[in-house]
Amino acid sequence: MLLSGNEAIAWGFRDAGGHFAAAYPGTPSTEILEAIAPFPEVYAQWSPNEKAAFESAFGASLAGARVLVAMKHVGLNVAADPLFTSVYTGINGGMVIVSADDPSMHSSQNEQDNRNYAAFAKLPLLEPSDPQECYDFVGIALELSEKYDIPVLLRTETRLSHGKARVETRDGRNEVPLRDPDLRWDKYVMMPINARPRRVDLARRLAALHEFSETGGLNRIEPGDKKVGIISSGVSYMYAREVFPSASYLKLGMSYPFPEKLVRAFADEILGAGGIIYIVEELDPFIEMRVKALGIPCKGKDLLPEIGEFSPEIIRSAIRGERLETKPLSGAPSRPPNLCPGCPHTSVFFHLNRLKANVFGDIGCYTLGALPPLSSIHTCVCMGASVTNAFGFAKVRGGEEAKKTFAVLGDSTFFHMGIPGLMEMVYNKGVNTLIVLDNRTTAMTGHQVHPGSGRTLKGEETTALLPERIAEAMGIDHVQVIDPYDMRGVRDALKKAMEHEGPSVIVTRRACVLLPEERKRWEALPKFVVLEERCAGEKCHLCLRLGCPAIFVSGGKAKIDRTLCTSCSLCAQVCPRTYNAIFPEDQLAEVSHA
Amino acid sequence: MRETMNILVSGVGGQGVVLASEIISAAALEAGYDVKQSEVHGMAQRGGSVVSHVRFGPKVFSPLVEQGTGHLLLSFEKSETLRWTGFLNPAEGVIVMNTQEIIPVTVSQGLSEYPHDAVERLVSAGFRTVALDALALAREAGTERAVNIVLVGAASPFMRLDEDLLRKVIAERVPPKYRELNLKAFELGLAASRR
Repeated sequence: MLLSGNEAIAWGFRDAGGHFAAAYPGTPSTEILEAIAPFPEVYAQWSPNEKAAFESAFGASLAGARVLVAMKHVGLNVAADPLFTSVYTGINGGMVIVSADDPSMHSSQNEQDNRNYAAFAKLPLLEPSDPQECYDFVGIALELSEKYDIPVLLRTETRLSHGKARVETRDGRNEVPLRDPDLRWDKYVMMPINARPRRVDLARRLAALHEFSETGGLNRIEPGDKKVGIISSGVSYMYAREVFPSASYLKLGMSYPFPEKLVRAFADEILGAGGIIYIVEELDPFIEMRVKALGIPCKGKDLLPEIGEFSPEIIRSAIRGERLETKPLSGAPSRPPNLCPGCPHTSVFFHLNRLKANVFGDIGCYTLGALPPLSSIHTCVCMGASVTNAFGFAKVRGGEEAKKTFAVLGDSTFFHMGIPGLMEMVYNKGVNTLIVLDNRTTAMTGHQVHPGSGRTLKGEETTALLPERIAEAMGIDHVQVIDPYDMRGVRDALKKAMEHEGPSVIVTRRACVLLPEERKRWEALPKFVVLEERCAGEKCHLCLRLGCPAIFVSGGKAKIDRTLCTSCSLCAQVCPRTYNAIFPEDQLAEVSHA
Repeated sequence: MRETMNILVSGVGGQGVVLASEIISAAALEAGYDVKQSEVHGMAQRGGSVVSHVRFGPKVFSPLVEQGTGHLLLSFEKSETLRWTGFLNPAEGVIVMNTQEIIPVTVSQGLSEYPHDAVERLVSAGFRTVALDALALAREAGTERAVNIVLVGAASPFMRLDEDLLRKVIAERVPPKYRELNLKAFELGLAASRR
């Protein structure tokens, strides 16, 4: 089978007898749960956030299940609280925590190296290098977890999670019965009287894992030319193997606890033959620091970058000082991602920009509202931060400045971590406004259901939570629910919220244009066209301020790309009455004759 | 084939670049090769520039093509072709490109210029370039959404893969009611590329 690293993790979990999987979507980890969901043998769910996913999986482990919890690197920050203590308590059914890191921040706000969590929280770290190892390592992680009574961290990176390769799977699932439930209070109630002995026990378990790291086979020496000895892990190992096929390798599949004896043995061979040791690892010098702590001379971050993902050419030029001949050409226009044609968030950002509002953004497609021409978002830090950032800002500035302070976040992000912020706004007497851009899905990560969807990951019907009812239940008396395709309605709602003395909530509700049922709806509609003779051209160009990718300029006049238009009508609504130049194409004949 | 085949597929998010790469990878797997394919998801795909790396051969390690080693650049959008030529082997690399123009918002905003003459620039830089209007051919096949299949067809003579394997994978991958349409799209692309 050709599987991505994420899909291979899903198959590995299913085949290793996994029972319970939970996650919150986040690039590049999302497809793990999407690939597990269709397996009838495995229960799988989207949780409201990573902390909830982690804790539910932990509970399932105590019930005797083999569990998996998956998240992107920053998701583990959210789940860090249970992580650090679950290592003390240990588990019952095997528990694997997948952290999918995103070097180069392809779709993330930072590029933290989550290998550090293994050393920080003190749990074993597995680092697969290709989808086959993703598949194999999940099973190994569950075995280790049960044998050593500890959760296991499995770390991937974007190029591994989203890279596809051939994977050999075992012949069917290894059916593992649930263990008996384990609720020993002295093991799981982490009050000091129990936590202190568990801390000591953790040291014992780590020492045993250290021994496994030396001899368990996940870390191995691959002999080759002794002039170049490379210590590497993860996808970096694959780049190195490509560029230096004949070098000697110490391939680390388990880099914490760190296999010091094996490293020494490798170093003796290489240095004894007059060779040089290179540490090839993306991001932080996690391996390099530990090699250097052994007093072993090596080259690493002095040659290779500590920032951004690697590539074969980066490794070649860093180690060999050579570059292959290339013929790059200039002239490709910059093409950053943008809100889609017909994106229901567009109108909100258009008006926030015109109102010169202070806008605190959040994590999702709508972060793109920061880019020109919408240029309306001023911050984006982490999940849910919009609400509390806006509250703090408004608290200090007060007065009119506070009233024109808005927090903007999506429906899924609202459920993830926006709700505590709302409590902050109410309890501490905020006067700012929270806008929930409710497009009925978790759009950026590829349209996952969430607590507002009325459906679970497994496709079952369930209670659908409504942000406006949550706001009302919290005591906010100024709540507006509007259609973001109504330009004037959006402007009016923003103005009303600004005038209101006290916390205010606006829910803009319209489904993402990329959802299949939405696509069906708009594909049946007539596309919009610009009547060239009516378009005022450069002296207006108001429609261009929507930043719609379907609208471009040709011969000074606005034009609409038919292949991209989703018939949202926003451009026709912003086109000034005096020109009135944009129409659905089925009205064109009557309009041009008028 | 002893050496690894290196292909880049480029375009704009939403054009079907990833599906085209998956078809090529699946055909290479059928042919018995080791295969690696890599692209990024998430924010990078919201109408932004997208590239997918496909590599196959007896044994493939890196999921990314090294700059200067690409055998084929299959580009779904005219201007995007210019962005990735650095990945091609300057002597042997072949370009198969769609002449369709998707104007980025940066151009509409007057922040950058669109290179309408991209094909001429590529040819004068010495690249062997096959340019076709894949959108028109997709319409001829029956739907604009078959652009990616037209382009796989156009690229097929340069991929060191049996064309029948590609036809087989396409037939397996698309819903039965669109099978004929997509196979027609493949043939139209192939014919355009041979002209």
